[in-house]
Amino acid sequence: MKTPDTKPLAHIRNFAIIAHIDHGKSTLADRLIQTCGGLEEREMKQQVLDSMDIERERGITIKAQTVRLAYTAKDGIEYQLNIMDTPGHVDFSYEVSRSLASCEGSLLVVDSTQGVEAQTLANVYQAIENNHEIIPVINKVDLPAAEPEKIALEVEDIIGLDSKDAVMVSGKSGIGIDDLLEVIVQKLPAPTEGNIEKPLKALLVDSWYDSYLGVVILVRVMDGYLKKGQRIQFLNTRAVRDIDRVGMFAPKPVLLDALGPGEMGFITASIKDISETQVGDTITEEKRQCEGKLPGFKPSVPMVFCSLFPADAGQFEDLREALGRLKLNDASLHFEPEQSQALGLGFRCGFLGLLHMEIIQERLDREHDLDLIPTAPSVVYKINKTKGETIELYNPADMPEVTSIESIEEPWIKSTIMVPDEYLGGIITLCQERRGEQINLTYAGNRAMVEYYLPLNEIVFDFYDRLKSISKGYASFDYEVYGYRKSDLVKLEIKVNAEAVDALSMIVWRQNAESRGRQLCERLKELIPRQMFKIAIQACIGGKIIAAEHVSALRKDVTAKCYGGDISRKRKLLEKQKKGKAKMRQYGNVDIPQSAFINALKMGDDR
Amino acid sequence: MFGLYIHWPYCLSKCPYCDFNSHVSNTISHENWRRAYAKEISHIAEFTPDHLVTSIYFGGGTPSLMEPKSIAFILDTIQSKWRMANDVEITLEANPTSIERQKFEDFKEAGINRVSVGVQALNDKDLKFLGRQHSAADAKAALEIAYNTFARVNFDLIYARPGQTETEWEFELKQALELAKAGHLSLYQLTIERGTAFETMYQRKEFTLPDEDLGGALYEMTGDIAASYDLHNYEISNYARLGEESQHNLTYWRYGDYAGIGPGAHGRLTINDQKFATRTHRAPQIWLDNVEKKGHGYHDFTKVSQNERLLECLLMGLRTAEGIKIEKLKQEGGADWMSILNKKKLEELQSSGYISLSTQHFRVSSAGRQRLNRILQDILD
Repeated sequence: MKTPDTKPLAHIRNFAIIAHIDHGKSTLADRLIQTCGGLEEREMKQQVLDSMDIERERGITIKAQTVRLAYTAKDGIEYQLNIMDTPGHVDFSYEVSRSLASCEGSLLVVDSTQGVEAQTLANVYQAIENNHEIIPVINKVDLPAAEPEKIALEVEDIIGLDSKDAVMVSGKSGIGIDDLLEVIVQKLPAPTEGNIEKPLKALLVDSWYDSYLGVVILVRVMDGYLKKGQRIQFLNTRAVRDIDRVGMFAPKPVLLDALGPGEMGFITASIKDISETQVGDTITEEKRQCEGKLPGFKPSVPMVFCSLFPADAGQFEDLREALGRLKLNDASLHFEPEQSQALGLGFRCGFLGLLHMEIIQERLDREHDLDLIPTAPSVVYKINKTKGETIELYNPADMPEVTSIESIEEPWIKSTIMVPDEYLGGIITLCQERRGEQINLTYAGNRAMVEYYLPLNEIVFDFYDRLKSISKGYASFDYEVYGYRKSDLVKLEIKVNAEAVDALSMIVWRQNAESRGRQLCERLKELIPRQMFKIAIQACIGGKIIAAEHVSALRKDVTAKCYGGDISRKRKLLEKQKKGKAKMRQYGNVDIPQSAFINALKMGDDR
Repeated sequence: MFGLYIHWPYCLSKCPYCDFNSHVSNTISHENWRRAYAKEISHIAEFTPDHLVTSIYFGGGTPSLMEPKSIAFILDTIQSKWRMANDVEITLEANPTSIERQKFEDFKEAGINRVSVGVQALNDKDLKFLGRQHSAADAKAALEIAYNTFARVNFDLIYARPGQTETEWEFELKQALELAKAGHLSLYQLTIERGTAFETMYQRKEFTLPDEDLGGALYEMTGDIAASYDLHNYEISNYARLGEESQHNLTYWRYGDYAGIGPGAHGRLTINDQKFATRTHRAPQIWLDNVEKKGHGYHDFTKVSQNERLLECLLMGLRTAEGIKIEKLKQEGGADWMSILNKKKLEELQSSGYISLSTQHFRVSSAGRQRLNRILQDILD
């Protein structure tokens, strides 16, 4: 095969965009695309890069996206700009690390009305670890509340990037976009290494399933080139495939002859099964293999678990299929079948974090039309048994006998919270309540950065919501897993008429058990409708009752007037009620509406 | 058992709690209405020539606003079409206004042998709230005449009114029982029906109703007090001395056959072992026009499936103290009628005494009837 002509390395710039949610990253990316003629005005949907409905609605990025732009700089040279749009949320930092590894530089986008946020910080540190050149971009400078100079200084204070280098822009109105493009070309490094004559060596950055194209693989070429008809091999999976398409996103997919060193783009190779394409794998030519492998990425580890049961038992297979489909494009989603005594067949699922869990649930509901009953979110505990073995506990329902437990360990996180100082007091109280241990407290201007060790268990319920409500939305939060620690933990069980409700059992810190138990009982008292008999609701630890409530027996429920005329209507009403009964779950003789499971766990509302 | 229900759709005014098919009009041609009823009766008789009439019921609306002549004409027509039981019960609903009560004698003359008087309350304040056009004194006067005229009399009261206490209701109920010489009372708890004036007021929170616990307490004391006057609670809202039960209404609850005549009337007719649900047009004028043109106002004549028959039989029959004969359940629902029941729930409810199921009867206890809606939901799979 003849060596194809590709862009010289010196004329390529690969960069990621790092920003906090709402700091205008996607709008800025859209503006860059438009300025470089990637899309006509009429084709500009807001936030071109966020292609999932949920991404667009929530204004967040979940999957990394890439786009190639052609920019003719003042020096007259046409540069190839490859932009990686990266997720901004802590749950998706795994995706961020992948994006960063395929670039040489980053734009750090900071909202000039908000300032640096905790999550941004984490991603910037990752970019620095990846030896990125970083350009601070102060966005939304056209807003009345903008304080661009102050924010630029904050960036210098907190991150140590020279405020003189900051570019002032507005993605919305287009201010400063031309300057930014020039700065990108001048300041960001071109890919340093890369030889087209060497054997192919490319990084598998991401892959997803497309119903028309099959599996689409996002790549960054290091050495050699990718071309249609080439027989490639994936070094980790050892799979061999023939490339049938080579292309790039501009942002619409455009087919190319070849991708050369330093370039980013996509290939397809008639792959049906996404598991063949391991993210971080090295792609080479089958006949002419490269030396060594690229370092790849460390796999994601699920942090938060919950079980999902279909509301309609008949939808179990649909749920399996839907989860399978989501997993096609989201390797970080884990699931395995589970059986609950009352909720029937479902899946125990593992997620990167709470937002990830929420998004998956929402996609199942929205894209797959599944009505779900989720159980209480939980983390992975380590149980040290008296006989010396250690087991990992994914589901509170599987907790072994108390007498066989020597100790329990739970995961702790190291969290960073950035907050305007007027809300600091409330945030500190919240962290203390959640068993937090303060590590550090520093100020930058009127904003505080506080670091805490916290048990992950304490944040899986409602920590993030509480944080937002205490700080009126101004606090930002990020965490990394710090390790396991022994804790005095107990399994809190909820019983209705002496029957344990498996979906509501949870593991809690002993000192919180009573208040949480009481809260759950009170909540359930409101959520379980009166029945033909009195219902005792109890919260128990081991065999001991720590809180109790009851629902009185139904006193009266009868139609006063019923004569000949009514009969068809009454019958139809009864038939309708029969259908509604499917929404009830039976524990012993007690019927619990499905909605009660979901609402009982919304603990945060009345604290 | 075969009852004829004749619906008179007009009232002097519309009561705020009532969702029945009633209208206010001052251009009523009694002559036309008489003829129309007779026509529709003849039409129905064609399908049911062998039925033996056991009861006739003039309901409404306010059928005491009909001309006694119309009643006589209708009863004559019925007699000419079907055989009549010797003890046929012929009831007329009546309001206690002075005009109506003066017609009682004429109604008796026309063939009525039982009246049901819409008293609703025995104090003027509550009568006003309920939108009634009569006073408590009117009601007592009407009852006096009714008892002197007819051997069998019922009157209705609505209780569990906004703000009503147990003491107040006890006083009023005892007063009613003293008056109820003939031995039948219909005592309904006030419920808010869709499309009524009360619904709007209730949604605007202009009044509240007793909660479930007070409603339950009022219901329980009603049964106890009525029993102390020898009126037994033979159906959820009906109380009678033995033998004074309304035969016509029992026909509904025992899921017997009944023909619905007049606008918006429903019927259930067994023809060659098949059950049909019938319904006529609701709007008085359209019904009238249809009858004149086609000879009847029916716009529905639908076969009722076995499963539907069973459901209807259960939901009506379990309202009564006597319950349902197993034989009847088999007749309506087939030999394996029990297959629609949830065995586990049934056992639970049997062991807690709410339900009794023998080889002869399926019954719900008095405590169970008070919670019948839930029991039905629970036992039906």
